[in-house]
This record gives sequence, C-alpha cells and structure tokens, in this order.
Amino acid sequence: MKPEVKEALIAKLTALADDEVILAQRNSEWVGHAPILEEDIALANLTQDELGHAQIWYGLRQALDGADPDRLVFFREASEFRNAELLELPRGDWAFTMLRQFLFDLYESLWLEAAQRSLYPPLAQAAGKILREERFHLQHSRAWVERLGLGTEESHRRLQEALDFQWGYAQQLFVPIPGEALLVAEGLLPDLETVKARWLEYATQRLQQSGLKLPINPGYQPADRSHHTEHLWSLLAEMQSTARWDPQAQVW
Amino acid sequence: MAGKYGVPTDPDYPKRLAEFEARIARGEKIEPGDWMPEEYRRQLIRMISQHAHSEVVGMLPEGAWITRAPTLKRKMILIAKVQDEAGHGQYLYHAAETLGITREAMLEALLSGKAKYSSIFNYPTLTWADIGTIGWLVDGAAIKNQTMLAQCSYGPYSRAMVRICAEETFHHKQGKEMVLLYAKGSPKQRQMAQDAINRWWWPALMMMGPHDQDSPHTPLLMRWGIKTKTNDQVRQEFINEHAPEILEAGLSIPDPQLRYDPQSGNWLHGPIHWDEFWQVVNGNGPMNKERLAARRKAHQEGAWVREALEAYAAKQQKAAVAV
Repeated sequence: MKPEVKEALIAKLTALADDEVILAQRNSEWVGHAPILEEDIALANLTQDELGHAQIWYGLRQALDGADPDRLVFFREASEFRNAELLELPRGDWAFTMLRQFLFDLYESLWLEAAQRSLYPPLAQAAGKILREERFHLQHSRAWVERLGLGTEESHRRLQEALDFQWGYAQQLFVPIPGEALLVAEGLLPDLETVKARWLEYATQRLQQSGLKLPINPGYQPADRSHHTEHLWSLLAEMQSTARWDPQAQVW
Repeated sequence: MAGKYGVPTDPDYPKRLAEFEARIARGEKIEPGDWMPEEYRRQLIRMISQHAHSEVVGMLPEGAWITRAPTLKRKMILIAKVQDEAGHGQYLYHAAETLGITREAMLEALLSGKAKYSSIFNYPTLTWADIGTIGWLVDGAAIKNQTMLAQCSYGPYSRAMVRICAEETFHHKQGKEMVLLYAKGSPKQRQMAQDAINRWWWPALMMMGPHDQDSPHTPLLMRWGIKTKTNDQVRQEFINEHAPEILEAGLSIPDPQLRYDPQSGNWLHGPIHWDEFWQVVNGNGPMNKERLAARRKAHQEGAWVREALEAYAAKQQKAAVAV
C-alpha cells in the first residue's frame, strides 16, 4: 500500500470508529432512564453494537499502524477526535435521540452497502458484517420516527424541532476527510456524493411520510471533522475519567 | 375464575388448603390458574414485584458508570450487565402478571414509594471498583437467594429464577475477576478495591434480610414452599463462600469478629447493624430519595413518548379497520 493511501485509510478508519464510540457514549446515557423498559433494553443493545463496530474499525487501523484502540479512545484529546459533530450533541429528549439515530443509521447503512465493494478486503468484509446489525438499528429508529411523527401533536412537534436542529449537522456526515478522494479513486471507499444522493432521497421520503417538513434553512453545517462542538470536551472528560485517574495502572 | 384465590371464609377453604399444601409437600409446582390461598398470591406478588423493582432500580447505581468505564471491553460488559437487569425486570413483571396484577399497577406502587426494592441499591457507587464489588458481593448474595427461590413452589417464579441465576452467575464471575485484578494492581487500584469491599460487605450481608427470629413472613413462606431456606441459612452460605476468597485475594473484611469455626465449618460474623438496615429500608439510606427521583423523572419524561405510542397504535388500528 502506498504511504499516502495508508495514511488516508488510517484517518478514515479512525473517523468511522470515532463516530461509533461517541454515539455509543450518548446512547448509553439512556440506559436506566428510557421511556419504557423495553427501550432501556433496546438502547443497551444498540450501544453494545456500536461499540462492537468501533472495535472493528479501530482493529482495522491497528492492523495498519499498531495503535491500541483503548489508548485512542481514552487518551486522545478532543481536538484529535474525528467524529461528526451531530453525534456529540447532548442526547436531548427521546425525539432528538431517535431522529439522530435514524439520520445516522440511514447514512451508515447506505455507506456500508457501498463499502462492501471496497477493493481493500478487510474493509469490505467488515462492512458486510456491520451492515447485518445496522439493518436492525435502522428498522428500530425508522419505526420510532414514524410513531413520533404520526403520534400526538406533542411528539410531532418535538420530532420536527429535532429535525430542524439536526438537519444541517447531518450534512457533515458527507464531508470527505483529507485524502478521501484518493481512497475513492483507488476503489477502497465509496464516493460520499453518491451515498448522499441516496440518503437524501430516502430520508426525505421517510421523513415526509412521518408528517415532517424538511427545514428550508438547513442552519449551521459543520465543515470538516477537525471541528467540534463545545460538548465534546465534557463528554470525553467523563468518558476518560477512570482510565486517566491512575497513571500507574497497567490494566483495567 | 371465581374462587381461584381462596380466603379462610370460604366454606371449602380448609379442604382446598389441605390439597394445596399436599401438592407443595409432594414437590409439585403451583401454576397460574391453579387454586391458591389469597395470602399465597399476595405474598408472591409482594416478593416478585419487589424483585422486579430491584432489577429496575438496580440499573441506576451501575448504569451511572457505563459512561466512565475505563476500557471498551469493560464498557461493553457493563452495558450488557445492565441490559440483563432490565431484562430480568421485564421477565419478573411478567411472572407477577400471572397472578393478576398489571405492570402499570406495580410501577405505580414503586413510583409512589409504596413498594419496596432491595435496599442495597440505596447505597452510592463511589468509584469504579464498586462495579466489580457489586458484581462479586451483591450479585453473589443475590445468587444465593435466587438459587433458593429457583426451588420455590410457584412455577413462573421458579422458572424465572433458573434463567436469571444463569445470567447472574456470569455477572458474579466478571465482578470477582475485576476485584481480584485490582487487588493485585497498582497501589491506587488496590486501595480502591479495598475501599469498595469495606463499604459493600455489610450491606451485602443485610441483603438476606433480618435474622430468622425477626423475620415474621418466613415460617408461612417456608410452609408454602415460597422460601426453602431461612435468611440466616442463606447468609451463612454467602459468607462461607466469599469470606475466604476475599482474604485470599489479600483484601481484608471490615468485621473484626469474623472467624472460621472448625466445628461447624462456618465463618461466623460479628453483629450486624440492624439499625442501619431499618433506616435504609424505611427510606433514610444515602440514596433512597435520589433513586426514586431518577425513576420518577424517567417515567415523567417518558410520558409523552408512551402517549405517542398509544396514539400511533390507535391510528394504525383505525386505518386497518377502514381497509
């Protein structure tokens, strides 16, 4: 593998993994506090899957540069994370969480479908494996979008507010990382523009069927993934607090 | 269904009670729909719903550490554990529902503070080592109790316990593995492990409930095969297993009177502070108010979601009828 390809691939795998870890962290905040017991279970399940996916992506990176996944998660600074801003936003209410989940699950499913054709076999295989679980996630979040969108006036209002807030953030999922064009050209990654077109079509259709209006003004759209919200620092401070508590600890 | 739950004023109560007790004596399971004394039903609802509430409230002290788990693996293990607890809660609510009570009624009793849950969850989880210690000691104590309940005379409860015990055994192993690891870890890790044992040892012993002479329900519960061992018997089993293991790990136990008695083969413990136990049971433990407040908050904040679910289901049904 050419050094510049390897470098870009490492960056992409990190971004993929960071997305999963940060979203898992937010979703895990619901466990024990969900609106019904069945959703405590569902969110716990979702979170475990997301952490499992993060481990797969970090694992692929580790095979390339030997980086230890736990060091990456628990000892990197906020400025070094490459997750999308959408995923670090506080969990909000149930509508906020489920809408974010839907927008992300849809993006991830479509991206993974295309990534199964990657010419880098470990990535193609990982995509296939993750996609099998991701389809269930999408089923779950899509069902919630429909129930809340068509449920009561209040649930509809809350979901619409979440959509108005998140729509611009969601666009960042389709901003390529530095070097991504090279990976696409080499056939290692799907082209994000193509994925975005399918995402837009499907998302628009599902959201409208659920009685929602796409925002006319998409609002703030974060640029590249080196940008973060003011929430990431606190999220990491909490997530990394035990791991960093004792520098002498060898194992946890 | 009339007359399914017998009361002493029924003319045929003595005869049916004798048949019922004979079934239990033969080791038969009582199933939903079978005749049973109203008091048997009442005691079971009390116990099973308390047990379910304990699982649900028990998600809070451990769940609070999911976001702070120190490795990806530990995080996944902890989420899986808390998920199991939610699953146990769900399973136990169903078991109680077979006795003619709804989950809503049980939840209402929990949120209003009327129903009890295991007092152990009214203690705070102060450090990460508490997560290992809860798995080892609290789940260890729960397993002793639940293994006993797996033998109980009510079929649905007994079967729930068999399944739950299998998962709890897994949690117990994971918790023990953690504490043992930290016991030989860095100085701070060792200190953290010892501190956790110091704080959880006595509350764990109290989990089995008051001494036999102070446990008013026990004789009846044993006669009807709901309990098959007394509180003190179960407590002794717990100490006999855990005390030597903790000491072997190089940790100490906060009971200066604890000693092995070669004659009985038991580890004998010093006096338990029952004042503290009753304080916590009666709502004055360090976390009683917070735990209940957290449950109420989740319930209240979820109200609009549950309403939306119902409204959506009603619309779907209407649409289906229209087609």
